[in-house]
Order: sequence, then C-alpha cells, then structure tokens
Amino acid sequence: MELYFFLFFAIVAVASSVAMILQRNPIYCVLLLIMVMISIAGLYLMLDAQFVAIIQIVVYAGAIMVLFLFVIMLLNLSREEGGVFRIQKPLAVLLATLLFLPVAAMIMSYAGGGSTPPAAGGDAGFGEVEQIGTLLFTKYLLPVEIAAVLLLIAIVGAVVLTRKGTVSVGE
Amino acid sequence: MVVDPMILEGAIALVKIGILLGVVFTTVAYLTFMERRVSALIQDRLGPNRVGPMGLLQPLADGIKFMWKEEFIPASADRKLFAIAPALILVPALLIFAVIPVGGEVTIPAFTLFGLQIQETTTTLQIIDLNVGILYILGMTSIAVYGIALGGWSANNKFTLLGGIRSSAQMISYELSLGLSIVGILMLTGSLQMSKIVAAQDGFLDWFIFRQPLAFVIFVIAAFAENNRLPFDLVECEQELVGGYHTEYSSMRFSMFMISEYASMVAASALMATLFFGGWHMPFEDQVGPGLVTLYQVAGFLLKTGFFLFVYIWVRWSLPRFRYDQLMAIGWKVLLPLALLNVVVTGIWMLV
Amino acid sequence: MAIIVEARKMTLAERLYLPAVIKGMLLTLAHLFKKKVTMQYPEVQKILPPGYRGAHRLNKDEQDRVKCVACEMCAVACPADCITIEGMETEWNDREKIPRTFQIDMLRCIFCGMCVEACPEDAIDMTDDIELVATSREEMIWDRERLLKNYDETKDQEGTLGQVLRKSRAAFTRLRGDQLPDPGGPGGH
Repeated sequence: MELYFFLFFAIVAVASSVAMILQRNPIYCVLLLIMVMISIAGLYLMLDAQFVAIIQIVVYAGAIMVLFLFVIMLLNLSREEGGVFRIQKPLAVLLATLLFLPVAAMIMSYAGGGSTPPAAGGDAGFGEVEQIGTLLFTKYLLPVEIAAVLLLIAIVGAVVLTRKGTVSVGE
Repeated sequence: MVVDPMILEGAIALVKIGILLGVVFTTVAYLTFMERRVSALIQDRLGPNRVGPMGLLQPLADGIKFMWKEEFIPASADRKLFAIAPALILVPALLIFAVIPVGGEVTIPAFTLFGLQIQETTTTLQIIDLNVGILYILGMTSIAVYGIALGGWSANNKFTLLGGIRSSAQMISYELSLGLSIVGILMLTGSLQMSKIVAAQDGFLDWFIFRQPLAFVIFVIAAFAENNRLPFDLVECEQELVGGYHTEYSSMRFSMFMISEYASMVAASALMATLFFGGWHMPFEDQVGPGLVTLYQVAGFLLKTGFFLFVYIWVRWSLPRFRYDQLMAIGWKVLLPLALLNVVVTGIWMLV
Repeated sequence: MAIIVEARKMTLAERLYLPAVIKGMLLTLAHLFKKKVTMQYPEVQKILPPGYRGAHRLNKDEQDRVKCVACEMCAVACPADCITIEGMETEWNDREKIPRTFQIDMLRCIFCGMCVEACPEDAIDMTDDIELVATSREEMIWDRERLLKNYDETKDQEGTLGQVLRKSRAAFTRLRGDQLPDPGGPGGH
C-alpha cells in the first residue's frame, strides 16, 4: 500500500518536473511546478511529516507559485522564443550530470550496503508542530534568527526601493 | 461473518464523506435560494416563490436550466485550462470540510446487515482529525486561487484576465490576515488540531469570541475577502469587469464556479462557528438528556453555521463595494498590523 | 477657475467604518420585515389608470357596423408603420368607404396611441387589455375580425384611450373656444 502511494507521488513528481522543463508555455510551467510541489508534499506526508507537508502546500504551492502566476499573467508572457538559450544547453546538461553524480553515489551506497535510511515515525510526536517548534527555538535558534534578519533586510529593501520613486516624484 | 475493523473504519469514513457531500451540496443549492429570497426581502420584494411550495424547488429548476444551457468556449481560449479551472476551484472548497468537526463522539451499536456482523464502534462526527487541521484549511484556501486566476487567464479576455489578476493579489493579501488572526486561538489552545480547538471551548464563556473578539472581526473580514464576497468582490464586480473571471463561462462550468463560491461560504461559516463560537459545544449541554445531546450539539452547530451564512447574504445586500486601493490598504495597513497586535496582546495576557 | 476643496478629516470612529457598517446593516435588517411591494401578478391584477394604452380595438357604431371609414389617417400617423388598411366602396349611405382589410402588426406596434389621436371617426381605440400573448408571429398580426372581436369583448370598459381623448378634447375646446383667433385673421397661423 505504502509502496503504491510512494510510486504514485514519485512518478507524478518526476514526470511533472520533466514536463515543466520541456513545456514552452509559461503558464503550463507554473501549473506543472505546482504539481511537483503537491506531490512532494505527498511524499512528506508518507514520512509522517504532516507539518512540513502542509507548509509545503501553503508556502510553495499556495503563495510563491501564485506570485509566479501573477507576474506571468500581468506581463502577459506568451510562448518562449526558441534558440535564445542555445549556448546554455550543453552547459546545463554538464552541470546537471555533475550534480546528479553525488546523489547517485548516495543512493548506490544505500542500495549496496543494505543500510536503510532512518525510519520515520520512530518516536511519538515525530513531525508534529510541537517538536518542530521546540527544535527551531532551541537547537536551531541561530539559523532561524539569521533567516529572520535576512527576511527583514529583504522587506526593508523592497520598501526602500518602492518608496524612492514616489519621494522623488513628490519633490 | 464479522467485518474486519480496518474495513469497517474505511466504510464508516466513506459513509461520512457521502453524508457530508450530500449535506454540503444541498446547503449550497438552498443557499442560492436563500440568497435570492433574502435579497428580495431586503429590497421589499418577495423573490422566487412559484416553483413548488414557497418556491422551495427553485434550486432544482435552476440546476436543470443550467444543464440544458449551451456550453460555450471562446475561440481564442486555452481550451485545456478553460475546462479544468472550475474543478480547480471546486475541489479545494470541498476538501476544507474534511477537517471540520460537526459533532462529538457517537457510538454505532452492533447490528447485522446482509449477513455481515458489524461490531459496536465509536466514531467522531469529523472525517479526519489532522494534527495540522488549521494549516490544512489555510493550505486549501490558498490553493483555491488557482481556479479563479486560471479561469480568468484561459478565457483570453481582458475583463476575465483583470478579474484573475485581482483575485490572485487579493487572496495573497488577505490570507496573511486570515492566518495571523487565528494565531491567537492557536496560542491559547496549544494545538493546530480542530478537535482540540473545539475542546478548548466546552464552557460557554470559554468560547473564543469572548477571549479573542478582535481576532474574530479580523477573521470575518478576511474570510469575506477570501470568498470574494461583497464588499470585497472586486474579482467579479459586474460594473467594471462584467462579471470578472467567469464572464466567458456558461452552463454547468459556470454553475461549478457558483457552487464553489457558495461551498467556500459554507466552509467559512462553519469555520467561524468552530473557531469562535464553540464549534459543536452548546450552552446547557448537560441539561439535555444523554440520548439527545449529540443531536442537540449537531443542530447547534448547523444553526451557528446557518447564522453566519445569513450574515454573508445580509452583508452582501447592505454594503457597497470597496475600491481596489482601499481593499489593499485595509488588508495590509489595517488588518495585518491589528492581527499582529492581537498576537502580541494574547502573548502578554498568557504570560501575566 | 478651479476651487480646491479640502476633504474633511474623518474622526477615528468614522475611519473605523464599523459604526456606519452596523447602521447600514440594521437598516437592511429592518427592511426584511417591511411590507413588500411585489404584486402576485396572475392572481392579483393591477388596476390600470383610465386612458391606458393596451390592446387595440375597432369600435362599432349603434347599428353594430364598423365605424372606420378607411381614411388611413391612423396608418399615416403611426410612427412604427404597423397599420395596413385596404379600403373598399360601400353601399351604406352615410359614408363612401369602409375597410376591406385592417391589419395591425402587434409585434411592431409601440403602443404610442397616435392612431387613436389621429382617428377622426373615433373608430380605433385602445383598451386596458395587456395580456398580448401568442405562440407565432402570424398570430400577432391582428386583422379586422380580431379587432372587432376585441370591441365586443371590451364594450363595457370605462375610460378607454379614445374616451379619455374625446373628453379632454371637448374640455380644451370649451376652454379655448372664445379666445381662439379668427382663422382668417392676420394673427392666425
């Protein structure tokens, strides 16, 4: 049962990401990316990480992709012109292969050594909000604070950038 | 033959889903009727009262009419997206109901059906009690925007496109206030689970409306905006956008947009009842006989939901529409700071 | 010259909008229970004022003959051009012509009542019958017989357009009768 669900989500995720890259219509690309996000959320759910799964949907599928869609609709982007990325193509293939190698090596090591990834759902409350919250505010406090400051800088920067124009027009 | 408990559990879940869908669709159908009657009464008219006794069969007549209408697709539309957009908005609206608790535990006595022995089982009147229930609801509301945005874009019409763009900006803006207004409740409850939120309000004075009145006001306003209902229906405003995102839709596809709008209204009303008005908890529960208490609670929950549905309609026919800049100003400059303030005040209150 | 009007600063209570919102909602709530103006049409019929411009009829005289003399004044006056008359000679000694056919295309008619005003013989008239329904276009072209039948059905109706016009015309003539300038005089038009 679990295997079938895994296969379903995995195949949907891989197939939609491949289709997203091959697709030339930006709106379809956004939709396929949402499909990828949701199927990855499904994979998280299978690992008992309900919180992460829902956050994946709320933040990525629900907010970030809406912004993508918003921008694409606002700019009224039509089909991407072919040929613009001709030089980049072989480079991309090379880079992707290089990046894939370590991942493949890791997978091979699991398959060969017979050791399985750490089992999910080992202790009660795994993946629940309380545990994640406790971890975020104790063990990973510094990274959280750094991320918070980074976001704050981004917000202030955005406000400054938008304010600048209006002030100069006003004067 | 004794039924396996696993299969029994699945069967009960299916039955619950079936009943819930039936109730939701009937409510939606009669909500359109209620909208027409209440709007008529507010305008000193009578409204539809000819089809069946008191016009009660009007939704049925409307449904039949919709089915026989021509299914029109504009020549320049993106046919694939145009076809799936109504489903993209209806499905999330219905999925929200999965986590809303309608009542407490009920015990089904053992009985025999077609030779199958079914044991005594206890089940809650809720399809699934996710431990991230509230976040699940927020996730579903955030997904619902795609149906509107894509419906608007795929028709290849400038009015529908404007409607779609407006909806995506509006939904993102108000989702924040919607989510933040609930944070106070989550802090007081200490859980994201719907059943625990309801359990935290078992006494009448424990209802969150008394403990989080500001959050309630923010939640109601944000929910109105999320549902694209007046005074925030800029997504489909008739005067500027000729109906907005669904201008080019007809027949059953159009009615699917309508069904999902009303279904999300029902969901939002049920959420208002659940989060702020004690869910299925009612005052004087312990004075009702043990056999009737579940019935009393479910009836109470439906009554609360029905009241908020009436408020939805009442507001629609009372208030004028906001301008788009006003809408954004209220969302970002008023509701969001107020929601943050509510979180801070709740935190201080909890510490003291 | 442009005048710049400073918008009045709103007080805090006004800027909250909530008091105004509640006030408006109470108003609509009160209207929920007010008396309704809807008229349940087929059961309750509206009482139409005298001189109402409903379905046409062709009046008959005391001898139960058609009053029309086929002068085609109504057809000329009609702005929608929906009246078609074909005259024929008659043996009756009080006139020369009567209509052989008299058709009104009720689908083109705009119910302006000009035909009734134009008629010198008070032959065409309008009743307060407003239920003009048919299942085909042909049925909506009313011929002489249909119009005469309408007269038989609405014979007793008080205050048809023709009667109202006649009354007001008489009153007007009585009022202005003495003051009217001599038609042949220098001040006349």
